[in-house]
Amino acid sequence: MINARFVSFLIALFAVLLAVSPAFADDTEFALVIKDHRFQPAELAVPAGKKIKVKVQNQDSTPEEFESHELKREKVIPANSTATINIGPLKAGRYPFVGEYNEKTAQGVIVAQ
Amino acid sequence: MLGTIIIVFREVLEAAILIGIIAAATRSIRGRNRWLLGGVALGLAGSAVVAVSTETIASLASGMGQELFNATVLGIAVAMLAWHNMWMTTHGAELAASAKSVGGEIRDGTRECSILLIVVGLAVLREGSETVLFLYGIATSDASSASTMLTGGVIGLAAGAAVGYLLYAGLLRVPLRWFFTATTVLVLLLAAGMASQAARFLIQADLIPSLAAPIWDSSALLPEHSVPGMLLHSLIGYEDRPAGMQLIFYVSVLCAIALGMKWASALHGVKR
Repeated sequence: MINARFVSFLIALFAVLLAVSPAFADDTEFALVIKDHRFQPAELAVPAGKKIKVKVQNQDSTPEEFESHELKREKVIPANSTATINIGPLKAGRYPFVGEYNEKTAQGVIVAQ
Repeated sequence: MLGTIIIVFREVLEAAILIGIIAAATRSIRGRNRWLLGGVALGLAGSAVVAVSTETIASLASGMGQELFNATVLGIAVAMLAWHNMWMTTHGAELAASAKSVGGEIRDGTRECSILLIVVGLAVLREGSETVLFLYGIATSDASSASTMLTGGVIGLAAGAAVGYLLYAGLLRVPLRWFFTATTVLVLLLAAGMASQAARFLIQADLIPSLAAPIWDSSALLPEHSVPGMLLHSLIGYEDRPAGMQLIFYVSVLCAIALGMKWASALHGVKR
């Protein structure tokens, strides 16, 4: 059956991809703070082509959702707490992000270079 | 207020579209309305619980609890939709016959109904908890803007529900000989789209590689946050900048469910 073969091909492909992925790549950490529904700093420079971690500390008393279509990330950060967001490896470029619950003020951009 | 309308609309849309399709697909099952409403009620109650325990969930799995929770909810929903389609393959003929006779309903639908309850509940739960958190944020901020924004929330909710209803009403107008194919294909694409979203959360948790990210960029052609983009996202899982791994999940689930349906119909000796 062609379909069965195709599925086993996909499963095999999936397994190979999992095996060759750099699971223990060196991570680099960056920090962002949310205060009064604003990101600080509003622009974050990160290295391109590397996996990075962004630690977002929400100092407000309301939850916020870190969201970026460009980075393909969405994560709720509860009030007065810190969340880690895995990003990349990114191509060089500008990647805007927003706090979805306060989109007017909570805006920022990650610049990969 | 427009911002609130859009956020709530986006969250409600996905669940509304799923409910619209599932409601149409199960139209001739006895008592399915009760099960659908039960699913919505359970999902809403679950949303409140998830919203309250956001902090706990977030701290699980070394801070990746939220990603794993979302991926799990989506994964279970995909499995339930797969089961639903396989059930439909074997009961389709029976359902078609009972739909033709006025007021005719199928009796053997209890197991299918509990699947219905779970899948609707999960769809509401996933989108609902984020909406609850968002509205909670507004409610606790200054009271003057709260009322306008809550109005926005209600409008967004109504608009999302209206899209779901239009889809339902439209599907009921599809001629019977096309009806089961139409709903089956829609459920299939819905499940594949959810699998792709689950992959996105697993990538975010750094459990699987993204592979080519993005594999294409159609954000200039059809942005995902535009209204047509949002509709396509909810219906068939469209994304303007998907990762390669998401595509693999999408295609794998599509093929797996199609195979499952063939297997189910062969097992029951149903000629289609």
